Amino acid sequence: MAEGLRQVISRNVWKDNQVLRQILGICSSLAVTNLMTNSLVMGLGLTFVTTLSSLTISMLRNLIPHRIRMIVQTLIIASYVILVDIFLKANLPDISKALGPYVGLIITNCIIMGRAEAYAQKNPPLLSAADGLFAGIGYTLVLLIIAFIREFLGFGSVFGWQIPFLNFEKWTIMVMPPAAFFIIGVLIWVMANLFAPKSGKKS
Amino acid sequence: MAGEISPFVIFFASILTSNMILSNFLGMCSYISISGEYKTASGLGKSVTLVMVFTTVINFAIYHLVIVPLNLQYLQYILFIIIIAATVQIIEMAMDRFLPDLHVKLGIFLPLITVNCAILGTTLFMVIRDYGFVQSLVFGLGSGLGWWLAISALAAIREKMAKTKLPRGLAGPGIAFIITGIMALAFIGFSGIFTIQ
Repeated sequence: MAEGLRQVISRNVWKDNQVLRQILGICSSLAVTNLMTNSLVMGLGLTFVTTLSSLTISMLRNLIPHRIRMIVQTLIIASYVILVDIFLKANLPDISKALGPYVGLIITNCIIMGRAEAYAQKNPPLLSAADGLFAGIGYTLVLLIIAFIREFLGFGSVFGWQIPFLNFEKWTIMVMPPAAFFIIGVLIWVMANLFAPKSGKKS
Repeated sequence: MAGEISPFVIFFASILTSNMILSNFLGMCSYISISGEYKTASGLGKSVTLVMVFTTVINFAIYHLVIVPLNLQYLQYILFIIIIAATVQIIEMAMDRFLPDLHVKLGIFLPLITVNCAILGTTLFMVIRDYGFVQSLVFGLGSGLGWWLAISALAAIREKMAKTKLPRGLAGPGIAFIITGIMALAFIGFSGIFTIQ
């Protein structure tokens, strides 16, 4: 493919953002977003896994038999997720506990599988790694936006740091699950409107 | 602590108050993309329930008979995902052989289920909350039924909304999330009955 690094970046972070445009990887993106710190850690974990699994799968792309590629990809992804899980347990035990099963669930995150299938299968290793890296960054940014809205309105804080001179009634609903659905619905609406005139298709 | 919760409570809590979709956000990908039509959504819900019961029981056995005695906790993700993939394959083959009618109806969904986060999520919740055998069984069943309930409800609502005129860009996934938000809000009403978290 004649796609340069610049296109890879703009496609993954903005134009075809995995969460808001492709509606992938929603499971984990919503569950951890009531606190910004958790979201950042989750986003970094996912970025690490997508980058390295895209790199590995792309390097092995001519060696993996086509028929069993799904299970091979899953195993490669699972190995990297185990690294992330062990790292978090050893260094950030509190956050690891708060994230609970969602670290393990990175394995079934559709973004990683989607990048592996759609990109790393057919492209050289370095470009694939960049693709995975920026898909992960796009995901992290969306997570942080949602988490910022929820944490700010729900707890009145940012990254756990209480904002001074700000005494409004906290929106308890923001900490609860429904708010995540509302916020992501509205974000998808905004993004769809931004791109509608150009693409003209209903998603 | 988990040993004290009665299976009855776990069953209803996993359907209503700790619903896999509405409060744990699991299985969202297929939930959003396959909820356009009630019949298909309900078929997927049934398959998920079936697979969830089987994989939860098998993973329970593997966890307590293989992983814990051999101290293989660091390999648990790999083992669980292989077992889920294998179970789905076996269920599909068995269904094809013994229940061909059902296989025609549900067969297309089965491969999709391997990568459904709700299945792996149920297993991981079971391990983290340290459930016993009966508790795990009802937890798997309840989570599956809850997932089925949520996707059927969303699909039914979306079918009724097909003729509604929506603002540009909101149609499709956007409105699906907002409906889900309202459903989740309604399900919070159950939380006074019992919780398991």
